[in-house]
Amino acid sequence: MACEQWRGQLDAYVDGELDPADLRVLGEHLRGCSGCAVDVLERVQMKRSVQTAGKLYTASAEFRNRIAGSVAKQIAAKPRRAASLWTVLAVPALSVLILSMAVNWYVGRESTRRQRVYSELADLHVSALASAVPVDVVSTDRHTVKPWFQGKIPFSFNLPELQGTEFTLRGGRVTYLAQTPGAHLIYQVRKHEVSVFIFQDRTFQDRTFEDRGDETASPPSVPVHVLSFNMENWTQNGLRYFVVGDVGPEDIDALSKLLRDAH
Amino acid sequence: MKVPEERVSAARFEELAMPLFDQLYNFARWLTQDTAEAEDLVQETYTKALRGFSSFQAGTNFRAWMYRILRNSFLSSRTGLKTMVAIDGEADESILPAETATPETILIGQADRETVQQALEDLPVPYREILLLCEVEEMSYQEIAETLAIPLGTVMSRLFRARKALRDLLCKKSAGGRHGV
Repeated sequence: MACEQWRGQLDAYVDGELDPADLRVLGEHLRGCSGCAVDVLERVQMKRSVQTAGKLYTASAEFRNRIAGSVAKQIAAKPRRAASLWTVLAVPALSVLILSMAVNWYVGRESTRRQRVYSELADLHVSALASAVPVDVVSTDRHTVKPWFQGKIPFSFNLPELQGTEFTLRGGRVTYLAQTPGAHLIYQVRKHEVSVFIFQDRTFQDRTFEDRGDETASPPSVPVHVLSFNMENWTQNGLRYFVVGDVGPEDIDALSKLLRDAH
Repeated sequence: MKVPEERVSAARFEELAMPLFDQLYNFARWLTQDTAEAEDLVQETYTKALRGFSSFQAGTNFRAWMYRILRNSFLSSRTGLKTMVAIDGEADESILPAETATPETILIGQADRETVQQALEDLPVPYREILLLCEVEEMSYQEIAETLAIPLGTVMSRLFRARKALRDLLCKKSAGGRHGV
C-alpha cells in the first residue's frame, strides 16, 4: 500500500524535488522496502547515464573566441562612448537636451527609431559575418546573385559592375528587418567585408528617414558611426539602401556611389 | 544563478553570459544535430541577449533567460519548425503509475554511453530537450518551467513521459542487440 503511495514520487525524489517532510518519510520507507529501493536505483542509474551521454559536444576554440570577441567588442563600443560624451558635455548637453526635448520631442523620437534601425543592421552585419554560412548564394557574378533573389523578396534591384574597382561581390542572403524581407549582399574590399542591405522604403515608419518616399535618388546620408561601424543610407526608386562596414567612410562612400550609379 | 536586485549594467552581461557558453553550445548542438546550425544559434542567442539585456529583470533567473532565448530562436529556425512536433497527451498532466523496475530495466539503466546517445538523438525534440535540461544542465523543475514557458505540472508529466520514451527506446535497442547475436 505504501509503495503505491510513493511510486509516483520516485522521479521527484531522485531529482531532489521532494519537500523535506516527504523526503524524510520516503527515506524511511526505502530503508525497509527493497522493491522501491530497486526502483530508485534504476532511476538514479538512468539519470547518470543521460548525464554522461548528454555532455557530448564541445565548441571549437575558434568559435568560442569569436563569440567572446564579438560580445566584448559590442559591450566596449556602447558604454565607453556614452561615458566620454557625458564627461565632456555633461552640463551644456543637459540644458540643450531639456530645451530640445521640449521643442523637438518629435524629431528626437524619429532619431531614436533611426538609431534602432542602425544598431539592428549592425547586428545583422556582425551575425552574418560570424556565421559559418555568411551567404546563401555564393558568387562574385552580379548576374548570378541578382536572379537568385527572384521570388524570395518582393522587389528587384540592380547591382554595379565592379571591374576596375577594389570591391568584390561575395554573395547574398535574404534577411529580415521589422518582419519584412530584404536583400543582404556582402562585398569585400581588401581584407574587409562590407554589407549592403536593401529594403522597401515603406518598411520604415514615416519620418524615420527624412528623405522617405523620394521618387528619385535622395542624396546619401551623412556617414554615421554605429557600434564602431560606418554606415550610409539613401533611398532610390522606392528602395532604401544601407551600406555598413568596419572600413573607413571613404570606402563606404565609394561603394554607395557604385550602387547608386547602377540604376 | 540569481542576480542581485539592483539594475544590472551591460558590462555585467559578459560576466554572466560567457560562463554559460559551453553548456549553451552543447544544448544547441543537441537541438539542431548540426555543427554549423548550432554555431549560428549560439551566435544569434548572444546577439539577441546582449541587445535585450536592458529588459532582463534583475533578480530573475539569468540562465533560464538565456536558454529561453536560445530555444525560441531554435523554434523559429527552419530546423526548429520542422522538428518541434506536438506531443500526444501533453494536455494530460497526470503522471501515470510508474513501472516497477525489473532486472531488465536495471540493465538498461547501465546501457553504454553510445547507446544512450543514440537513443537521445532518436527522441522527439520536446523529450530530448527536457531530459537535457533536467539531467545534464541539472535545472530545477522551476527553472525548466521558466525556460520552456510551461506550467510546473507539465514539466513533471513531460519529464515522466520523456523518461519512459527513453527507457522504451533503450529496451528496443537492447532487444534488437540480443536478437542480432
